[in-house]
Amino acid sequence: MKLSGAEIVVRCLKDEGVEYIFGYPGGSVLHIYDALFRQDDVRHILVRHEQGATHAADGYARATGKPGVVLVTSGPGATNAVTGIATAYMDSIPLVVITGQVPTPVIGSDAFQECDTIGITRPCVKHNFLVSDLSRLAETIKKAFYIATTGRPGPVVVDIPKDITDPNIKIAYEYPESVAIRSYNPNVKGHRWQIKKAVDLLLSAKRPMIYSGGGVVLGNASESLVRLTRWLGFPITNTLMGLGAFPASDHQFVGMLGMHGTYEANMGMHECDVLLAVGARFDDRVTGKLAQFCPHAKIIHIDIDPASISKTVRVDVPIVGEVGPVVDEMLEILEATGEKPNAKAMASWWEQIEKWRSINCLSFDRSSPRIKPQYVVEQLWEVTHGEAFVTSDVGQHQMWAAQFYRFDKPRRWINSGGLGTMGFGLPSAIGVKLAHPEADVACITGEASIQMCIQELATALQYRTGIKVINLNNGYMGMVRQWQEFSYESRYSESYLETIPDFVKLAEAYGHVGMRIDKPEDVRPALEEAFKLKDRTVFMDFLTDPAENVYPMIEAGKAHHEMRMAPGVSVDRELS
Amino acid sequence: MTRHIISILIENEAGALSRVAGLFSARGYNIETLTVAPTEDGSLSRMTIVTSGSDEIVEQITKQLNKLIDVVKLIDLSESSHIERELMMVKVRASGPMRDEVKRLCDIFRGSILDVTPTTYVIELTGEKSKLDAFLRTISEDLIIEVVRSGTTGMLRGERGLHA
Repeated sequence: MKLSGAEIVVRCLKDEGVEYIFGYPGGSVLHIYDALFRQDDVRHILVRHEQGATHAADGYARATGKPGVVLVTSGPGATNAVTGIATAYMDSIPLVVITGQVPTPVIGSDAFQECDTIGITRPCVKHNFLVSDLSRLAETIKKAFYIATTGRPGPVVVDIPKDITDPNIKIAYEYPESVAIRSYNPNVKGHRWQIKKAVDLLLSAKRPMIYSGGGVVLGNASESLVRLTRWLGFPITNTLMGLGAFPASDHQFVGMLGMHGTYEANMGMHECDVLLAVGARFDDRVTGKLAQFCPHAKIIHIDIDPASISKTVRVDVPIVGEVGPVVDEMLEILEATGEKPNAKAMASWWEQIEKWRSINCLSFDRSSPRIKPQYVVEQLWEVTHGEAFVTSDVGQHQMWAAQFYRFDKPRRWINSGGLGTMGFGLPSAIGVKLAHPEADVACITGEASIQMCIQELATALQYRTGIKVINLNNGYMGMVRQWQEFSYESRYSESYLETIPDFVKLAEAYGHVGMRIDKPEDVRPALEEAFKLKDRTVFMDFLTDPAENVYPMIEAGKAHHEMRMAPGVSVDRELS
Repeated sequence: MTRHIISILIENEAGALSRVAGLFSARGYNIETLTVAPTEDGSLSRMTIVTSGSDEIVEQITKQLNKLIDVVKLIDLSESSHIERELMMVKVRASGPMRDEVKRLCDIFRGSILDVTPTTYVIELTGEKSKLDAFLRTISEDLIIEVVRSGTTGMLRGERGLHA
């Protein structure tokens, strides 16, 4: 079979099993768009801005575990996609981003819509390719998928000059079944001896903690982690990226840790004697002051990326390998010997943890006449029975979503943890909804974040992706305002949005349902009503208390045990 | 802060060098010297980077380099017995009484003179960085017209080699 370069691109996607491609056409990719037009296997989702394409593909990837695929044109198409590529890179999300490039003969001549896509994306991709030879196109696309989805996943850019996709030049097509790259052999199995050492250390623990992150979600290792945690009976905390990998409603779960983590999780970290870190990367938002991070603990770290190990925190037992198989091997050893940790020590450790838990660090004022954002998230959780896929943007609302929507399953919580990209929530929700059309999909956002990719409301209409936008509208860039209140004597420099659009009218203008909710008693009925409108996108504008802050908070330069608590939450009692 | 010589086998592809150089600048690692050229296998280039940093930083540097898809293999030469060499050319004023003096210095350092004019010499010196530094310290600064150095390259002693 002889195909043109453009046909090869589309055919490769089909052979790779790609369902959706998120994109926006332009000069350099017109041949490819023509090839897309002439087939029905791969469905193209037309976004309204290339950033939206990458976020939507990213949301699809996070919700399914499959790679997200993007197609954009050269120059501004590629540069607009960069924010989304960097977002995926920071959270290790598999994406294959196909960018058009000006024809090979004019590369380097400052041609119309030319930019050095390879150079611009190099620091925020796992790898990138410039296709310089039609005969290597299929192989390159195969490599891109292989690299994006194996090892520590990440985005891969394939930059294709327009002449390579020329419809008049056809070559024999064959999609390679497998691919070998001599310089790339991701390590899967952990070192047996290190695993044995880790198990011994876990069994000797008196005040253990398990700290697990996004790697457990990416590695589909949630079940293994749950089994190990139950066997050991240890308390477990999740990072922002790891939420849902261990059920939040389980008693052993002590909440998220870090800057806005729970008192019990952070105190547990500070006091633990053995820490098992699983698929987490000791990010600065998690560790707080490095010099005082887990000061009493021996640390075991399981990660597929050797470069993540001992990057910021020196660990005692490093295990390089895929999280699932390593955890399974730990379980095998434990089950074979039947050994359990010291029951007496565990009982007194849990007693301590319960004391910490009893201060109820996430409590908020339930008698306020204003809508509390925490209450909205809590009600959303109830109305959706904890089963929704929830995307978010970045800021206070993101933290409240993480604290108050108790995720019991992996891949349900979809947010930009590493790069912290405002504008992520809406387009990623579209990607999620396409992947799971029957599921409830909510985008928890704020009036500042939502405006960064608001144009994707049009995409949501075009593809009838009935998502529910939960806009926690407090009139401020809330997290900026909070930092300004705490650290800049309440000088609210440029964090107040004076001209906020009428979101109800805006939603209606885009063809959706708009609702404004300004009383606490209306929150629940409005949510119920919105989720009954299965196929409609509903924009719910909740006017929330502008003064509300996210607590607890570890301020910059502070350690885990130095949390700032919500007003009214007391830690004066004898807790240790 | 210790000095490390990292030897890298990397795919001989467009952009490979910028991936390595970009990694160093993006992560704030320092590069003292960098040399690169194809090997006897045309599909591979060999790169030698001299860097310095704490043990933790150098460990991160090698891990991050290994993570680059184009990097086939690397070795930190300074961890084993190795040979390192750098080539330097120095153009010096050599007239009057200094002409003999410069020639003598060149001989002491086992340099060779590549180019001669009535007033100048171009001296070629090969050796470890410290030897080249020593030569430059020895020769009077106002005699030097121009200095060019290749950067360090090297390999392990003994039978062990760096292969794909």
